[in-house]
Amino acid sequence: MSLHDRKPIELENGWRYMEDGITKLKRILEGNKSEAFTAEHYMMLYTTIYNMCTQKPPHDHSEQLYARYKEAFEVYIREAVLPSLRNHHDEHLLKQLKQRWDNHKIMVRWLSRFFNYLDRYYIQRHNLHPLNDVGLLVFRDNVYAEIKKAARGAMLKLIEAEREGEQIDRSLLKNVLGIYQEVGMGQMECYEKDFEEHMLKDTAEYYRRKAAVWIQEDSSPDYLIKAEECLKDEEERVNSYLHVSTKPKLLKEARAETELLKVHQMQLLEKEHSGCAALLRDDKKGDLARMYRLFNRPPKGLEPMAEIFRKHVEEEGMKLVREATEAAEAKKEKEKEAGKAAKEAGGSSPENNFIRGVIALHDKYMEYVQDSFGNSSLFHKALKEAFESFCNKQVANASVAELMASFCDNLLKKGGSEKLGDEDLEAVLDKVVKMLAYISDKDLFSEFYRKKLARRLLHSTSASEDHEKGVLTRLKQQCGAQFTSKMEGMVNDLQMAKEREKSFEEWRERKGLAGGMEMNVTVLTTGFWPTYKQLEVGLPDVMMAGLEQYTQYFDELNSKTRRLSWQFTNGTVHVKATYDKSYELILMPLQAAVLLPFNDAEELSYGELRELTKLPDEDLSRCLASLTLSKYKLLSKDPASKSISQTDKFRVNPKFSDRMRRIRVPLPPVDDRRKVQEDVDKDRKHAIEAAIVRIMKSRKALKHQQLLVEVVQQLQRMFTPDVKVIKRAIDSLIDRDYLERDANDQQLYKYLA
Amino acid sequence: MKRRRPAGVTSPRAGSKDVSKLDGLFDAYRDKESSEDVIGPEGVEKLCKDLKVDPTDRLVLLLAWKMGAQKMGYFSRAEFKAGLSELGATSVAQLRKALPTLATEVRHPHTLEQFHRFAFCFCLTEPGQKIVDTDTAAQMLGLVLPGAPFVEPFCEFLTEQKDYKKINADQWNNFLRFSREVRADLSNVDDNPAWPVLLDNFVDWQRARMQE
Repeated sequence: MSLHDRKPIELENGWRYMEDGITKLKRILEGNKSEAFTAEHYMMLYTTIYNMCTQKPPHDHSEQLYARYKEAFEVYIREAVLPSLRNHHDEHLLKQLKQRWDNHKIMVRWLSRFFNYLDRYYIQRHNLHPLNDVGLLVFRDNVYAEIKKAARGAMLKLIEAEREGEQIDRSLLKNVLGIYQEVGMGQMECYEKDFEEHMLKDTAEYYRRKAAVWIQEDSSPDYLIKAEECLKDEEERVNSYLHVSTKPKLLKEARAETELLKVHQMQLLEKEHSGCAALLRDDKKGDLARMYRLFNRPPKGLEPMAEIFRKHVEEEGMKLVREATEAAEAKKEKEKEAGKAAKEAGGSSPENNFIRGVIALHDKYMEYVQDSFGNSSLFHKALKEAFESFCNKQVANASVAELMASFCDNLLKKGGSEKLGDEDLEAVLDKVVKMLAYISDKDLFSEFYRKKLARRLLHSTSASEDHEKGVLTRLKQQCGAQFTSKMEGMVNDLQMAKEREKSFEEWRERKGLAGGMEMNVTVLTTGFWPTYKQLEVGLPDVMMAGLEQYTQYFDELNSKTRRLSWQFTNGTVHVKATYDKSYELILMPLQAAVLLPFNDAEELSYGELRELTKLPDEDLSRCLASLTLSKYKLLSKDPASKSISQTDKFRVNPKFSDRMRRIRVPLPPVDDRRKVQEDVDKDRKHAIEAAIVRIMKSRKALKHQQLLVEVVQQLQRMFTPDVKVIKRAIDSLIDRDYLERDANDQQLYKYLA
Repeated sequence: MKRRRPAGVTSPRAGSKDVSKLDGLFDAYRDKESSEDVIGPEGVEKLCKDLKVDPTDRLVLLLAWKMGAQKMGYFSRAEFKAGLSELGATSVAQLRKALPTLATEVRHPHTLEQFHRFAFCFCLTEPGQKIVDTDTAAQMLGLVLPGAPFVEPFCEFLTEQKDYKKINADQWNNFLRFSREVRADLSNVDDNPAWPVLLDNFVDWQRARMQE
């Protein structure tokens, strides 16, 4: 056929020529490498089409050519491709499929080039699929449609094999999956429906089976190790040959993760010997960290775990409480049998051990939260709740607040049982203050601490001023300035006292009163210091003289604007006593008042002493006990029984002797726990009333529930107010015309200016 | 049927003849020894005898309320005249007949509330006093609200309990509302959290008793 032939080409003729070309192409595809298209041949084929399409009608064969183009593929597929594929199975099928697909693509490429002219005008004019697409569609409708199920089956089998540990041809899978994607022509529909869906279901099945076995056989940590591996594997699988969109679906949405983790979550956590609680008991940090990592994946996966954690910590805390209570009771029993009065809590007392235990517990589990549990806020909260629950229990009838105050006292006083270096001491004090956050009755702690601080300051038994100040600073940071204002006032008073000492001496000299009893006076600002028992004491004249002098001095100093009232329950008196040798006795003023009358009388009865000293029985007995029955028997008692009775007679003990020259005779203080609670309750009542008035003043009118909520909120920092106490306060304020109930709404309160 | 008037409103319907009659009536019971122009306790007792009612009868209290009496056991001239005028009575006989209408009048909830409030103030003997001791309050309550829900147990409770020796107007007034709103089995007490603590204590006491 000549190019310059102007005669129109008949369809059949032209087609026959094309068919030759197509057949040649097929042979090449089947593997015949000896053939190839020359440029000339290619040109001829192209031009044939061109001519047949540009001929004038009725010789314009575009339509038929378009149809036959499609047919060409169909024929080939029918005759060669499908039979071949049908003969292969499993992996071989996949390989064939891949091969055929590649072939097909080549075929499409060549043929569409041959028939290219159609693309230019015919297709556009008639709005038809371009040649490329036709080729794809043909493959899809003929090959893909038939083979997809078998291919999928083959692929899933391979995937399962890989999961079981075999090596598979990953690139093959990737390629075949590529077909599924390409066949979708820009949409992922084919891939998703024909492969992904089934694959996901398969995966779920697979893991369900595996998990069911593992959960029975393996301990939690082992299971989790396996689970972690599987998840890692699956992720790798996606990355290497699945489509990236599969990843989230595979891992999360109800597939691998769900089957492995969610379904068995509670079982894993609660396994008897290897569940979460057991791991905590055995301190298996690594396993716990893995558990955390894995359960962090599903949504809300961590909540059960946090709950178990909280319960565990709470239990550990309660154990400490129980142990301390038992130890304290045992100790009391022992001491009762030995006949001694219960001594003040020493260093290794169960109470102090308790506090130390709590601190250690906190450190331990905070580390867990930070290291193994990724510093998660959920676990921080669990820890906090656990501590709050047992820190507000009673230990051997004392609140934890009181024990903490005692613990601090022990650390800060001279001769305390803890001998720690400065840095360690700071660290421990720091931790104790942090524990304060878990105690709801912070004002109770404040009261106890204040009382003990007062004692330390007044008896100069504080070990280090710097440490004291350090603690106050920390408390201020933690709880606000109001918390520490009184205590700071106390420290200030002490400093003032030191300054005033000198000026008092000078004043005495000026007045010619020097040479009297040597005395140092500390003036306490009422309000800062705890309230002490006001006692009237019959002091020996020499002491009274000194007191009067100072009162005079003070009045002059403050021109009678302030009033002094003397406290005899604190302070020390140094008395020179001569027994077998001369001693210097360091006593409380009360003891001095009891002892000094023996300068003038050989024997004194209880009654006589009472009259002289004007002390109430309780205090007199205590003093006498400290002088006759405890370590230093300065007085002897008749009869020599083990307790003080009101019929006893006393005289100076001639047999008294001691190694030391300077003796401090202790008078055990009456640390009335009940009184502290009473004081705190009183303060709370005032605080609640003040809060109510404040709130009502600014809001003018407020409903009952709302008022309760606001009061609790305002006072939260110091203590948790009891609803009943708030109601009483409201009633009281109504009584005193601060508030009134609204006439129409009984639950509404109004502020009365 | 006599026209009802809100208590305390003095609008004498009687003419001047009636007024002088009232004065005369007043003088009959007036306390002759006292310098004040009042009917004292003796006079009140005599009046009650003539009215054929016991001095502790509820009707007497109602009469005092109608008069707007300020002080228990005493009726001033103005109070006496105002009260009797309100009732349209110029003689003892008429007054006797008019008394039962008072009982009817306070069946109305709003009027009862006013009467109830009045009763509290009536117990206040000293100027500036704002609280009434619990025994007096219990007695008074029995008079004011006979048969009303919770009155009997509450009065018993008041005399038995030791937390409050006196009660104030707020607690007194709240009791009436309590008696009206709360069901006999105390099931809806917690619907209102704002009951005074006194009533909360009563609820606990009553619940304990109901369990026995």
